[in-house]
Amino acid sequence: MNTIIFRTIAPILVAIMVVFSVFILLRGHNEPGGGFIGGLIAASAIAIYGIAAGVEEVRKALKFDPIAIAGFGVFIAGLAGLLSYFYQVPFLTGLWAYLDIGPSKVALSTPLLFDIGVYFAVLGTIAAIALALEEDEEGK
Amino acid sequence: MALSMDISVALISIAPFLAAFLAPLIFRFTGHLAGWVLSIVPAGIFTYLIPFIKPISEGKFVQTSLNWVPEYGINLSFFIDGLSLTFALLISGIGTIIVIYSGKYLKGHHDQGKFLAYILMFMGSMLGLVLADNMVALFVYWELTSITSFLLIGFNHKKQASRRAAIQALVITGGGGLALLVGILLMQQMLGGVWELSAIREYGGALQEMSLYPVVLVLFLIAAFTKSAQFPFHFWLPNAMEAPTPVSAFLHSATMVKAGVYLLARMNPTLGGSEIWSITLISFGSITLLWGAVWALKQTDMKQMLAQTTVASLGLLVILIGIGTDIALTAMVIYLVAHALYKASFFLIAGILDHGTGTRDITELGGLRRLMPLSFILAIIAAISMAGLPPAIGFFAKEEMYLSLLQNDLKSIIVLIVLIAGNAMMLVVGASIAIKPFLGGLKPTPIKPHEGSLALIIGPLLFGILALLSGIFITYTGKMIIAPTASAISNLAIENDLKWYFAMFLKPIILLSVITWALGALLFFKLDAIRKFLRSLDDGFSWNFDIGFDWLMFSLIRFADAITRFWHHGRLELYMIVVFVALGVAVIVPLIINNAMPAMPTSMPSLTFYEWSVILLAAVGLIAMLVAKTRLVAIVSLGIQGFAVALIFMLFGAPDLAFTQFMVEILTVVILALVMSRLYLDRRDNRIFEDILRDGSIALVCGVGITMLLISVVQYPIDLRLTDFFAATSLPIAHGRNIVNVILVDFRGLDTFGEIAVVMGAGIAVLVLIRIRSGGRQIGIGAKKNKPRGKSTRVKKAATASKAKNIVASKAKTKMTKAKQKTIKPIRRSKGAKA
Repeated sequence: MNTIIFRTIAPILVAIMVVFSVFILLRGHNEPGGGFIGGLIAASAIAIYGIAAGVEEVRKALKFDPIAIAGFGVFIAGLAGLLSYFYQVPFLTGLWAYLDIGPSKVALSTPLLFDIGVYFAVLGTIAAIALALEEDEEGK
Repeated sequence: MALSMDISVALISIAPFLAAFLAPLIFRFTGHLAGWVLSIVPAGIFTYLIPFIKPISEGKFVQTSLNWVPEYGINLSFFIDGLSLTFALLISGIGTIIVIYSGKYLKGHHDQGKFLAYILMFMGSMLGLVLADNMVALFVYWELTSITSFLLIGFNHKKQASRRAAIQALVITGGGGLALLVGILLMQQMLGGVWELSAIREYGGALQEMSLYPVVLVLFLIAAFTKSAQFPFHFWLPNAMEAPTPVSAFLHSATMVKAGVYLLARMNPTLGGSEIWSITLISFGSITLLWGAVWALKQTDMKQMLAQTTVASLGLLVILIGIGTDIALTAMVIYLVAHALYKASFFLIAGILDHGTGTRDITELGGLRRLMPLSFILAIIAAISMAGLPPAIGFFAKEEMYLSLLQNDLKSIIVLIVLIAGNAMMLVVGASIAIKPFLGGLKPTPIKPHEGSLALIIGPLLFGILALLSGIFITYTGKMIIAPTASAISNLAIENDLKWYFAMFLKPIILLSVITWALGALLFFKLDAIRKFLRSLDDGFSWNFDIGFDWLMFSLIRFADAITRFWHHGRLELYMIVVFVALGVAVIVPLIINNAMPAMPTSMPSLTFYEWSVILLAAVGLIAMLVAKTRLVAIVSLGIQGFAVALIFMLFGAPDLAFTQFMVEILTVVILALVMSRLYLDRRDNRIFEDILRDGSIALVCGVGITMLLISVVQYPIDLRLTDFFAATSLPIAHGRNIVNVILVDFRGLDTFGEIAVVMGAGIAVLVLIRIRSGGRQIGIGAKKNKPRGKSTRVKKAATASKAKNIVASKAKTKMTKAKQKTIKPIRRSKGAKA
């Protein structure tokens, strides 16, 4: 698997995949996509990078332990739900705010925050498993 | 008063917890003086309670309530009547002394702050327990005393005996707590939803007419007997002496063990008075009394002697509650107070002796009267009260209890004999602790004997003075403390006429006391011989309750172990078989039972050519997987099938689903390939024919079942109400056009939240499994494999595994093949790696 073509292509591929995963995440509310799929794409990107560049390299690039990223995701999702507390509405009630940036109107909402949480939870978990497996693979 | 009554009464039980929170901090600043500082809290509670004595002796009582769970009618309610006041005064009063004492006793111990915190926490639980009006609150405080007691017994947690004693106490008293919970719930239901003890006792004996009365009674008795160390649960109490001496004095003589007695007293109006009540209490109490008293004679460790007499005294209290007459209850209250004072005193003196000489074995001590004169005098005072000699309060306890049994029936006479024997034996123990260490020739001790300092001696001093004063001014004590308490126990006014007069020493009843003293004196002079005899007797038995308890606990562990091993055998293929057989059964059986097998579609569906080709692709993937030569090819072929399914989703208008399916397929293939390479699987699937047959049929059954299920689903018209709802509301109220995503993050957000939490949890579990196998993150399987040692362990493991399989596996042939495979694999694998 560790061919020179793959190793050369991988970083570019990974970069594209990560950007694409964010794009998928953000468009999710109106077009096909969302946090779950986005997270899976990003996790695949990390898995590919791990195979190409080695797990050490990926861990260095990630800065955080992937399972901590997953925990952060769950935390963010919970936080998105708790924000409704300040408006005296039930847990996880969607709250919306619109920002006018130039000509376009940007919607900020707790469902978006929640979806970001899902993205990180899925990304972190799958990446953690994949990297742990790859790590052993390398050791051989 | 600035504070409302409600809050200030609730604070009685809460303040010690707050103090406990600060205790380690205070300890850091004040060192061993922390005892003096922290004693302000219990002392404050004590002085707060003093003014209650007068109104309560006039028949009033205080009741307060704070909202807790108002939806269920559960309030944090407290009430103070004679019974709870007496207990609360004992707890806070003795507690003050104990806190001061521990400050000195554990001087220099690095965990002293923690210790003081535990003691205060315990005090708060105990105060809450006796003041609680609501039964749920009572239960919570009850369990808190068990837990804090566990922490205190196990304080020297580096000692195995301490840990064992702590667990034993927790298991027994905690188990009793569970019985109490069930009993409380039953009682609450039977009385029509009453949670308050003060209200329950107004029902009188109404509960006894109901059919479930015996059940409730037994549950409450289990709770009380476990807590108050009644036979056959008595053995945990002497073991609890592993705790530091202040703990023994406070919890295991003066307060906590009396919680069971308190419960019985509190329940007396409701559960008491029946035949079964009095017979049970009197017989269990009698056995406990004699058992404890005899075992006390056998001991030479002063703490053990005292612990055994505590068991005996608790039995005595239970007997008196069982008798239940006015005089018996009066006697019980006097004895309760007298016992708390002299027993706490004795324990503290034992602690002073231990502290001052380095031993508490009574046969190793002697002649200390000149070196520790104050302790000697205080021990004598305690012994006077314990022996029931005038003028101490203990005298009246003994007089009243004999008086309550002056009836002309066999039962009373037997109990009377038991009481006299028990009292005589306890007298011996008290006398020997008060006399033996102090008189005679001076014996060498590990530490040069020295008298205890003020913090140590103040407790026995105050208790001794109190025991004498309350005895001398018995008329006052009787009116202010004893009568209200006894009245609270019976829920009817009980008067007493306790006073000193010369003629009382001429009444025939004094003879019983004289007999007790004489018997005691006789036993005292023969103590060594008796001890020797009892020990030789004991050596004849190879069984005791402790061994029984250990056997029970180990059996429990073994049982759990057997169950775990049975279900969690660690053989992946068996797990998979169980899961998929269960799936197949769950899908197929209902269809057969309900006779709901769907009709097969008769005509071919009309599909376009590209739809057909996608289906063909799926079929090809499937067949390729089945005939694949190597595992890797099989995994990839399964992926092809998955992609085809994703395409179908795409063609039929579910882009989100298809998208996800694509990603899942990719990751499945990647992860499966990675896993495969780590499990030391062969490149090829080497299942023997029987296994192929078995796995194949299971797969077939599951597949057919799911197919049937899906066919039968589509034979009914689809209910589109939900679809319509989401389609109509997705954009207007959730601001999103992608319905799937809106459902995930908004409509069913809570589900998703739960799911991602599960995903993360599963991820952690997988990581743990991977790291266990690879023996740590940095090492990895490969690193290990290069060393010959790793290889040999694995072979050894396989050998043990095959041995274990001898018990489990049914198919001898499979077993042999597999064991062989496992042994060979590592070698083969390393060849493969090189190649």
